[in-house]
Amino acid sequence: MPETESGHPLLSLQNITKIFGDLVANGNVNLDLHAGEIVALLGENGAGKTTLMNILFGHYVADQGRVMVRHASGILVDLEPGAPQAALEAGIGMVHQHFTLAENLTGLENIVLGTESLFARRFSRSKARAKLQELMQSSGLEVDLDLRVSKLAVGERQRVEILKALYRDARILVLDEPTAVLTPQESDSLFKTLKLLAAKGMAIIFISHKMAEVLGASDRVAVLRGGKIVADLPTSQCDRHQLAEVMVGHSVQSAKRKPGYPEDETLVFAGVSAGEGREQIENVNLALRKGEIIGLAGVSGNGQSTLAKVVSGLEEPTAGTVSLHGNPLKPNAAAVIRSGIARIPEDRHHDGIVGAMSVEENLVLEEIRKPAYQRFGLLRFNEIRKRAQEAIKAYDIRCSGPLAVSRLLSGGNIQKIVLARTLDQQPDIVLAAQPSRGLDVGATADVHRRLQEARDRGAGVLLISEDLDELFQLSDRIAVIHRGHICEPMETEKLDKKQVGLMMAGHSAKGEQAA
Amino acid sequence: MIRFEPRSNVSSLFAFALPIIAGITALVLAAIPIAAAGGEVFAAYGHIFKGAFGSKFALSELLARATPLIFTGLAVSVAFRAKLWNIGAEGQLYVGALAAVAIGSGAISAPSYIMIPLIILAGMIAGGTLMLVPTLLKTKLGADEVVTTLLLNFVVLLFVQMMLEGPMKDPMGMGWPQSEPMTSAATLPKMFARMRIHWGLVIALVSALIIYIMMKRSVWGFEIRATGENVSAAKHAGIPVTSTFIKVGLISGALAGLAGVSEVAGLKGYLTADISPGFGYTGVVVAMLAGLSPVGVVVAAVFIAAVFVGADSMSRAMGVSSYIADLVVAMSLICVLVSSLFVCFKIRFVRPKKTPLVAKGEA
Repeated sequence: MPETESGHPLLSLQNITKIFGDLVANGNVNLDLHAGEIVALLGENGAGKTTLMNILFGHYVADQGRVMVRHASGILVDLEPGAPQAALEAGIGMVHQHFTLAENLTGLENIVLGTESLFARRFSRSKARAKLQELMQSSGLEVDLDLRVSKLAVGERQRVEILKALYRDARILVLDEPTAVLTPQESDSLFKTLKLLAAKGMAIIFISHKMAEVLGASDRVAVLRGGKIVADLPTSQCDRHQLAEVMVGHSVQSAKRKPGYPEDETLVFAGVSAGEGREQIENVNLALRKGEIIGLAGVSGNGQSTLAKVVSGLEEPTAGTVSLHGNPLKPNAAAVIRSGIARIPEDRHHDGIVGAMSVEENLVLEEIRKPAYQRFGLLRFNEIRKRAQEAIKAYDIRCSGPLAVSRLLSGGNIQKIVLARTLDQQPDIVLAAQPSRGLDVGATADVHRRLQEARDRGAGVLLISEDLDELFQLSDRIAVIHRGHICEPMETEKLDKKQVGLMMAGHSAKGEQAA
Repeated sequence: MIRFEPRSNVSSLFAFALPIIAGITALVLAAIPIAAAGGEVFAAYGHIFKGAFGSKFALSELLARATPLIFTGLAVSVAFRAKLWNIGAEGQLYVGALAAVAIGSGAISAPSYIMIPLIILAGMIAGGTLMLVPTLLKTKLGADEVVTTLLLNFVVLLFVQMMLEGPMKDPMGMGWPQSEPMTSAATLPKMFARMRIHWGLVIALVSALIIYIMMKRSVWGFEIRATGENVSAAKHAGIPVTSTFIKVGLISGALAGLAGVSEVAGLKGYLTADISPGFGYTGVVVAMLAGLSPVGVVVAAVFIAAVFVGADSMSRAMGVSSYIADLVVAMSLICVLVSSLFVCFKIRFVRPKKTPLVAKGEA
């Protein structure tokens, strides 16, 4: 049956089904994407967003269903499954969450990488440059093409990634969590660019779980839950709460901020410097009081991880002192744990759990030498099992049992193991580094509730995050870290998000650019 | 077209069956070199089996050969569990043997209930101390222990040769570079008359049991496993990673040192520079075949020893070179390494098909 050219979508995913073992990652997913449209793909972790995009891009082959793209002649044709090369040729460009750039090459070299024939005698730099200049002008994606990628800031690297897709004449642009590493201002400018590109006839899908940007930047929202599309509707017809409920499948109770009762100072930084390079911190002064949450706002890579390492006992300050209840903190992880500091690491897979070990072993990882779990150096299996069963119940860790291999659990459940392990020791101080990064709405709410419980119990909580919503929701006071410097924390009530966003980008509290 | 798909979960039966399948595959593949050497394949397998298991004498030879392999296999498996890549079991074996000979060939005279524990202890300390060097270089300076342990093997072997040509040379040895014989009090007794199988085997089995309990049931084993599987998470959780590495290095070196003690005090009676035909390196194969499990090490050591002893007797009977044994051992290692690919990935054969251009609605 003949159809008009304009009636065909640019991209059509039809009845896509992908099953891993017992898990239906995608079940009968249908999604059309028209030229000039920005679609937000919303969903919890494990909802199947990444699987779907990997099928689209040819990294996986769907068990059923077909991926079709509009051919130059205007009809839809099947995309060869499992062939990223075919996806590229069909004009699909992908910007991954973790950039795929060679750091030792310049922006220009990264962009042309792979487009030149292996047998070409030399690549025509000037031709590539001319094409890119034109693209930069028309899209507003300005970046210095001759600088090595290692010297570029995160936002600039993302622009290089997008330019890479445009350079290959992408008609369909897929962005996986594009704002995860950007400041609010950088995100705004990214979405401006995307709108400009869509206006020129591109079709754009971006994956996100941040409600505000989904509502602000998309024309249409598709919600994935349990591998199925549960909603696909114009953004104008959506509201925040409705979307959250559709995404999770039940109503979400977000944690409400109750002001704490700040008492004495516990963890005190006095003139602390540590680390080197981009992650250096300099002359940090900060006093955490009992019963309060201090939120430390900042874009990743401004010294947060060094600060976290110092508090975790993994790095010694080069100057200044960190003291707990007036005693200097020992630069030794075991001693730090014993002194009552719970640490929730930023990279929970890398530092939080031993993936190959079981859930029960990970739950006692920090306390294995305590007499409760060993006698004469031999493990007390019954005690460990009992502890694990209690924790699995109390923290609702979804796993097949205490012996389940931790690596196979979802991010949210892995975070629950870390929470159970650290918070059940009744800590005086909680260091939570990016505790909800990559978690879905339900798991995030759970993390927030646990942190607030610790605070209400009288613990001092240092919350490192780049999610302003989270910071404003939980913190009693907020400080901003930028290039290793931390400003004096201010009462949350006296701040607004825009102001904090500007400070994260390096402007001082009053608004002018810092030196 | 072959496609690799990552497996999400591996059944324990599958993981258990794989090394066995790998061993059988290696034996089957050995038919090719046997045939190429002009031997009759089925007769050759018969000779291998008979040579390894066919008589009491064969069994004794088999277990005598398996004894040092259990020690070195355990040494490697403990170290590899912590991802401390000890390729130096060969050198540790030699210093263990050297220490046993230094004490046990007449320097001290005491009854055997003192001498035997003494030479065992000396061998363990010597092997452990040798392994301590690369371990400390790794923890303090970040030196790659694969390189340092491997190269120390040659240093040790040359040192042993120097000692055997010089200060420790047996004056009654007719000029051969060999040490003075162990005194009878410092000799591990034979288990049966006129057979070479000796009490070193029992020490090896007890060691395997101790290592099994340590890895499975002790805090040390827990910390070793955590360190090996994810060193940064272990550090973050306050596990003393550096001292765990040192512990592992000492234990691993001590076990390899025991192999040397057991060979000089149980089998040979004196030290020569060719006392080990690569037991240290074969220990790596044994440990990998065993999937680093201490109980598996015993089984794998017996398998490898059977291949060596069987192929030896086959080559004598059929006039085929005994290097066939080395080939089978090498192939079983390769088969195990390949099979570990199957543990991680499912392999699918798919036929790439060119999809025709189909308009929507027509299909």
